[in-house]
Amino acid sequence: MNEMTPLERVLCTLGHREPDRVPFFLLLTMHGARELGIGIREYYSTPELVVEGQLRLRKRYGHDCLYGFLYAALESEAWGGETAFRDDGPPNALAPCITDIRKIPHLEVPRITEAPGLKKVLEVLAGLKARAKGEVPIIGTVMSPFSLPVLQLGFERYLELIYREPELFCELMRLNTEFCVAWANAQLAAGATAICYFDPLSSPEMTPASDYPRLGGAVARATLSRIQGPTATHLASGRLGSILDEVAGTGTAALGVSSREDLSALKKSFSGRLAILGNLNGLEMCGWSPEQAAGEVRRALSAGAPGGGFILSDNHGEIPWQVPDRVLEAISETVRRWGRYPIAPEVLPDA
Amino acid sequence: MQPRSLETEELTDRLTTALLELDRNAARACFQHGALEPLAFSETVLAAALERIGDRWERGELALSQVYMSGRIAEDLLDDILPPQDLPVTSHPALAIAVLDDFHPLGKRIVSSVVRASGFRLTDYGLIGVDDLVQRARRDGIEILLISTLMYPAALRVRELRVRLDRDMPGTRLVVGGAPFRLHPNLWREVGADATSTTAAGVIPLLRRLIAEPS
Ligand code: B12
Repeated sequence: MNEMTPLERVLCTLGHREPDRVPFFLLLTMHGARELGIGIREYYSTPELVVEGQLRLRKRYGHDCLYGFLYAALESEAWGGETAFRDDGPPNALAPCITDIRKIPHLEVPRITEAPGLKKVLEVLAGLKARAKGEVPIIGTVMSPFSLPVLQLGFERYLELIYREPELFCELMRLNTEFCVAWANAQLAAGATAICYFDPLSSPEMTPASDYPRLGGAVARATLSRIQGPTATHLASGRLGSILDEVAGTGTAALGVSSREDLSALKKSFSGRLAILGNLNGLEMCGWSPEQAAGEVRRALSAGAPGGGFILSDNHGEIPWQVPDRVLEAISETVRRWGRYPIAPEVLPDA
Repeated sequence: MQPRSLETEELTDRLTTALLELDRNAARACFQHGALEPLAFSETVLAAALERIGDRWERGELALSQVYMSGRIAEDLLDDILPPQDLPVTSHPALAIAVLDDFHPLGKRIVSSVVRASGFRLTDYGLIGVDDLVQRARRDGIEILLISTLMYPAALRVRELRVRLDRDMPGTRLVVGGAPFRLHPNLWREVGADATSTTAAGVIPLLRRLIAEPS
C-alpha cells in the first residue's frame, strides 16, 4: 500500500478499515517547551512557541497529529479563575472561580474572543493549520460541561451540587454547554480538524454508571450534537465500565480508554461502533526503558489494531513531562516497525 | 478490636446500605440497635462498611461520588455518637495527613473521613510543602504520616520528604496515596514510602498493621 498522509490514515481507521499502518497520537504538550529549551510557563505564554514546539515534536517522532491542547485550567481562567504554574508539570487551577453556588443563575457565559487564554489556543490552532498543509489532523480540546465544574467549584462542592442542588446543577450545565459548544466551534473554525471532549467525570469511576444517562450522558448528547465537526470522547484514564452503549449513542466517533482496561475485551465490545484511542499507561511510561516501551506498544497493537478503528496513544490525553525522549522514540519506532497492516502475528513480544 | 460476630456482619451490611443511600437516620439506627460502645462501633462496624465501599469502588462497582458522599455521612454519624473531644487520648501513635505540594484536597478529605470514622485521631496539615510539613510533623511528634497527591510531580516530591524525614525524624512511617499511586502501582516504592492503598478505606488495615509493627 502507498504511504498515506496522517490525515488519510486517521480517517481510514475512524472508518473502521485498516490503513497502511496504525496511526499513533503522541499527545505531547509540555515537551514542546523542552524541545525549545525554555520553561513551561514561558512556552504557554506565546502561541508561536507552542506552534513551533508542536511542529518540532512531530518532526522528531513522526506521529499522526498536532495537538492544540495547552492545559485544562485555561477554561477556568475564562470563567475568572487563576492558574498556578510549576517547572516540572502541568499548570493547575487555583481556587474555584465560582465561590457561591447561589450566584450560578446570574453567571454570564464568557465570550471566547474575550478570554485571553482561549484566544491563545485559537492562535495556536490557526498557526498549526497554516503550517500543516492539510495533511496532519489538528486536535482541539474541550473540557465537558459536566467535568469542568470540578475546576469552577472544587470537587467536593461540585459533588454536593450534583446530588443536593439539582436545579442549580441543571442551570450550570446549561451555561457550561453553551460555553463548550461555542469553544469547540471556535476551535474548529480556527483550524482544528476534530475536538477531543474530555469527560472523566462521566467515567463510572467518578459518577455511577446508572446516573450516566441522566447526567454526563445527557450533557454529552446535548453538547456533541451542536459541535460542527468530528469529536472523540476521552475519559482521561477513568475506566469505561458498563456505559459503552450510552457513550456510543452520544454521537462521538472515538473513545480514549484507560490502561486499566483490557484492550482486547474493549475491542470486541466496541465492535466497530467507536474507534479506540489508547491505552499506554502514561504514568508508568515515565520509568519505562526503551525495551519496555516497545513491549507495551506491541501488546497494545496486538490487542487493538487488527481491523482498524484503533489509534495508539497514552491513556490520559497528555504525556507527562517526566517521560524521557528515548521512550517516545521507542514508541514511535515500534509503531513503524510493527504497526504495518496487516498486523503480523509475531507482534506479540512473547508469541 | 472486637472479634466479628454474625451480628456485626449484619450490622455492617445494613450500615453499608444506609451509607450508600445517604440515609442518615438508617445509619444512626444501626448504631442504636448494635449495642456497641461508640468507639467499638466505629472501629468494627463503621470502618468495615467504609472498607467495603472502598473495595467496591476499586472493583469498578461504585463511583467516587458514592465513596465521598458515604464518607460524609459516616463522619457526621461519628461526630454525633463520638464527638472528637470524647476520643480516648492516645490509644495509638500520632497520625497526620497532608496534601503535598498539590492543590487537590478531595483525596485527603475522603481519607480523613474514613480514618476519623474508624476511631483514630488525625492531625490535618492541609495543603503544604516539604519544609513546612517536616517542621510541623516534628513539632507534633507525628509517627505515621499520610500523604495524598493527585499530580505526578507532586507524588515525586515524596522522595524529598523521605530524605528529610530520615534525617530529621527517623522512624516516621510514610503512607502515600492518590491517583498517581493508583495508576502506577509501583510508584510508592520508587519514592520511598512505607505503604500505599488504592482506596481511602484501605488505609485502615494498613494503619492497624503499622501500629502493630514497631518501626
Ligand atoms: C477527573 C479528572 C480530571 C478533571 C477534574 C480534575 C480535578 N480533580 O481537579 C479535569 C477534566 C478537570 C482534569 C484536569 C486535569 N487533569 Co485530570 N484526572 C481526572 C481523574 C480521572 C480523576 C481525578 C480525581 O480528582 N479523582 C478523585 C480523587 C479523590 O481520587 P484519587 O486521587 O484516586 O483518591 C482516591 C484514592 O487514590 C485514595 N487516596 C487519595 N489520597 C490518598 C492518600 C492515602 C494516604 C491513601 C492511603 C489513599 C488515598 O482515596 C481516594 C478515594 O478512594 C484522574 C485519573 C484517574 N483515573 O484517577 C486524572 C488525573 C488526576 N489528571 C491528571 C492531569 C495531569 C490533569 C491536568 C493537569 C491536565 C492538564 N494538563 O491540564 C488537569 C488539571 C486540572 C486542574 N486541577 O487544574 C493526571 C495527574 C497525574 C499526572 N500526569 O501528573 C491524572 C492522574 C490522569 C493520568 N492518568 O495521568 N482531570
